[in-house]
Amino acid sequence: MELCPLIKNILLLDSEGKRIAVKYYSDDWPTNSAKEAFEKAVFAKTQKTNARTDAEITMFDNYVVVYKFVQDLHFFVTGGENENEIILAAVLQGFFDAVGLLLRGTVDKKEALENLDLILLCLDEIVDGGIILETDANVIAGKVASHSMDAGAPLSEQTITQALATAREHLTRSLLK
Amino acid sequence: MAQPLVKKDDDRDDEADYSPFLGIEKGAVLQEARVFNDPQLDPRRCSQVITKLLYLLNQGETFTKVEATEVFFAVTKLFQSKDIGLRRMVYVMIKELSPSADEVIIVTSSLMKDMTSKTDMYRANAIRVLCRITDGTLLTQIERYLKQAIVDKNPVVASAALVSGIHLLQTNPEIVKRWSNEVQEAVQSRAALVQFHALALLHQIRQNDRLAVNKLVSSLTKGSVRSPLAQCLLIRYTSQVIRESANNNQAGDRPFYDFLEGCLRHKAEMVIFEAARAITELNGVTSRELTPAITVLQLFLSSSKPVLRFAAVRTLNKVAMTHPMAVTNCNIDMESLISDQNRSIATLAITTLLKTGNESSVDRLMKQITNFMSDIADEFKIVVVEAIRSLCLKFPLKHRSLMNFLSNILREEGGFEYKKAIVDSIVILIRDIPEAKESGLLHLCEFIEDCEFTYLSTQILHFLGIEGPKTSDPSKYIRYIYNRVHLENATVRAGAVSTLAKFGAMVDTLKPRVFVLLRRCLFDNDDEVRDRATLYINTLGGDGAVVETGEDVKEFLFGSLDIPLVNLENSLKNYEPSEESFDINSVPKEVKTQPLAEKKAPGKKPTGLGASPAGPPSTVDAYEKLLSSIPEFANFGKLFKSSAPVELTEAETEYAVNVVKHIFDGHVVFQYNCTNTIPEQLLENVTVIVDASEAEEFAEVASKPLRSLPYDSPGQTFVAFEKPEGVPAVGKFSNMLRFIVKEVDPSTGEAEDDGVEDEYQLEELEVVAADYMLKVGVSNFRNAWETMDADCERVDEYGLGPRESLAEAVNAVINLLGMQPCEGTEVVPNNSRSHTCLLSGVYIGNVKVLVRLQFGLDGPKDVAMKLAVRSEDEAVSDAIHEIVASG
Repeated sequence: MELCPLIKNILLLDSEGKRIAVKYYSDDWPTNSAKEAFEKAVFAKTQKTNARTDAEITMFDNYVVVYKFVQDLHFFVTGGENENEIILAAVLQGFFDAVGLLLRGTVDKKEALENLDLILLCLDEIVDGGIILETDANVIAGKVASHSMDAGAPLSEQTITQALATAREHLTRSLLK
Repeated sequence: MAQPLVKKDDDRDDEADYSPFLGIEKGAVLQEARVFNDPQLDPRRCSQVITKLLYLLNQGETFTKVEATEVFFAVTKLFQSKDIGLRRMVYVMIKELSPSADEVIIVTSSLMKDMTSKTDMYRANAIRVLCRITDGTLLTQIERYLKQAIVDKNPVVASAALVSGIHLLQTNPEIVKRWSNEVQEAVQSRAALVQFHALALLHQIRQNDRLAVNKLVSSLTKGSVRSPLAQCLLIRYTSQVIRESANNNQAGDRPFYDFLEGCLRHKAEMVIFEAARAITELNGVTSRELTPAITVLQLFLSSSKPVLRFAAVRTLNKVAMTHPMAVTNCNIDMESLISDQNRSIATLAITTLLKTGNESSVDRLMKQITNFMSDIADEFKIVVVEAIRSLCLKFPLKHRSLMNFLSNILREEGGFEYKKAIVDSIVILIRDIPEAKESGLLHLCEFIEDCEFTYLSTQILHFLGIEGPKTSDPSKYIRYIYNRVHLENATVRAGAVSTLAKFGAMVDTLKPRVFVLLRRCLFDNDDEVRDRATLYINTLGGDGAVVETGEDVKEFLFGSLDIPLVNLENSLKNYEPSEESFDINSVPKEVKTQPLAEKKAPGKKPTGLGASPAGPPSTVDAYEKLLSSIPEFANFGKLFKSSAPVELTEAETEYAVNVVKHIFDGHVVFQYNCTNTIPEQLLENVTVIVDASEAEEFAEVASKPLRSLPYDSPGQTFVAFEKPEGVPAVGKFSNMLRFIVKEVDPSTGEAEDDGVEDEYQLEELEVVAADYMLKVGVSNFRNAWETMDADCERVDEYGLGPRESLAEAVNAVINLLGMQPCEGTEVVPNNSRSHTCLLSGVYIGNVKVLVRLQFGLDGPKDVAMKLAVRSEDEAVSDAIHEIVASG
């Protein structure tokens, strides 16, 4: 187990450090108050940094935390002290982009809360018990969206096309950068 | 980029007000969950309620047992709906509720149906849920499906089964190990993540079989692993194989190095980095092996991505500790990172530069750091201060600029930990670089003029008292010290009084002036301050004349207290007022070895001002009490040392016996601690027959049998020997346990009247030279060494022959001498070819001994050692050499 890359937690907080959706995969934080303390500390440590264009990174209490912000949403992925930073960053990027696709480009707290089911499913598709399931945002979003699509629920056939369009746009943007 | 900040304030009101979960309440949501029971299910509505429940759990809300059960049963009803989206939420919900075993049965059949469904999404998720909540019994039922799923053509299903396998392996290894063939097939999958998960599981199944892991690695490193994550795993497994095979392999070609090096050219950054890091962490890595790894890390340093820069600089920082030269090529890139937006990266860059920098670049570097220091947090500053300290020790000639830097930052704002780090560093530099002493002391004096931390003020005053009088012009410090008496709180004032007195005692010309100042302190409003002033005035020769203060007075007032404070405290507590006054010599000096937990704490940092660690209360007290209560041993005098218990029987034998060796000046007492582990036996009249034919200088004088030894209640028997006084006699003793055994009726617990005499052979026991040595540490080895008379120094060289490693040789010598390693020198850094180890102890007859050991590798395995001993008695110095020569 110890040789396998492990994710300790994935956090999505708002611009005041409050939880939107969090998932812990490790026993390092056994109680809710321990979790909240960790979130508070991480938030305080990162809040002043600019993590809007590229993912940022910090060391913290023997954890490596990679993070990225957009609008009033703060995304975090935590790994152990000796984890490969770039793997953690890949997970973060997968989560970040998948949420972007699922929220159809309007990525903010309001939209995230309104589609919390999608965010929770998204977390469920990225990591299982600390082990990375998938890091490709398109695959993750596809898996989450397809479930809803089959049901004829909010995301329709059209939204998938839209989602893919957003993905394409996203790609061109990153290429132009 | 700053726009969200501004914008947020504008429309903050409506944004903060709106949330779909505003005013959400657990009770209401649980009520809402009743819709799950409707005969006509509304999937959208149900999904929303589940989302609300999950939201509550996510916010840290907990459900009582009853609530959870209720929700669980309601949720199971939702399996009736064919709505895929809703089913998906049901899966997540069940995992979150983590149902109990009897609840699991309810959903088992539904989940097993989904597991065999045609819809891939159902199969994948049902597997994950079922494996998460199941216990071992169910596993055999679904094993068949899981094996199929592992080789399922849909990668999501295969991954789900494999990842579940990884989790299940922790609890049900036997079952999961049977899936080996399927997992092996999955390793060949074309789907990237399936390959990754399969590799992870396969390795875990085989991890205890070294040969199998070896084979796995050799076959895969030749083939093509597609997924970057799988490739990272393979690199980790490869390094493990390299590490484990390193012991058998003599220097030469390292297996699999080519594979690692090849990975440096991989297209995925995570693989490149994983490989580079693996190479830098190889045991005994050569600079040739390092070069390609350093080159790719150097490229990462100028990446636009902070994560890459951080990863690279963190790894290079570690490399710089062991191979500073290898990293110097990156110095230019490193320097540009000092201004990095990300302060973690900047700090790592600076500390790396400080490790790799050469003498000529120090000044330039310091200029850059000065700008940098103002805008980083204290925790980073401490790291920098520590790096500067080691740099200064490396380049003593640069002490002026480095000391200036330290004193500048000492004047700036900062918390206690940070200030302490700076003061500690200055103190260490003063100690180790004689030229830096005067300026360092003045910096410290200036600091205490405006220091808000009582602890630091008193520590600095104490240090001034030791070092100040030895400087060329001690008088210039008096003003700073006396100012404390006017301006500070009582604790600092008392410290200042002691320091003043030290100046008076050590520097005769200053004495009259110091006395004037001390007399003024007699009117202080604090008891402690007045008491100290009175004591010093009276003991130092109160008339204030220029007379020399007697050595013994100095020793009494300012000599180091070589007794652990805890022991002194205990002895004082036990002392009962009587005719006989308290004798400080009766306080045991043994410092009990520190508990493991404390040892683990980082002991690397040299303690700056800290006094020698006071040990916890020792068991010596207990032994001493026990022995003095036995009349036969009462006249043996003071107990010098008691050894740790030595086992004389194997574990789990009928009788467990260990022995403690008590060393007195002219006697040795063996205390045999016996335990009877047979419930049906009672032992009586237990003695140990000791054959001392191989210990010529010892003669048995007394033996104290143990009356009775019932089952499972330990008892002691003693044997005492006489030996030549003060001589560290050694010898071998063979032991035989002799006793009368009586049968015990287990039901009544009563023993029969008649017993049978019996014997039980114990293992041999040795009294060795180390038994005559007390482990007593010194806080400052260098000082202690220099105060010891050089005439009593004995130096010689020894060849220790081929040894497993340098560390093993160092340990062997430490154990042979039984002395206390000082300043953490018992730890031998990896790969070092030479090592210096400092030991201190007290030899029988209360003779202080200091030992400086220098080890060097001579050829591939041969260890050579230079042993320098200083002690208060040259005969003892010779004796130490004899121990080593014969050991």
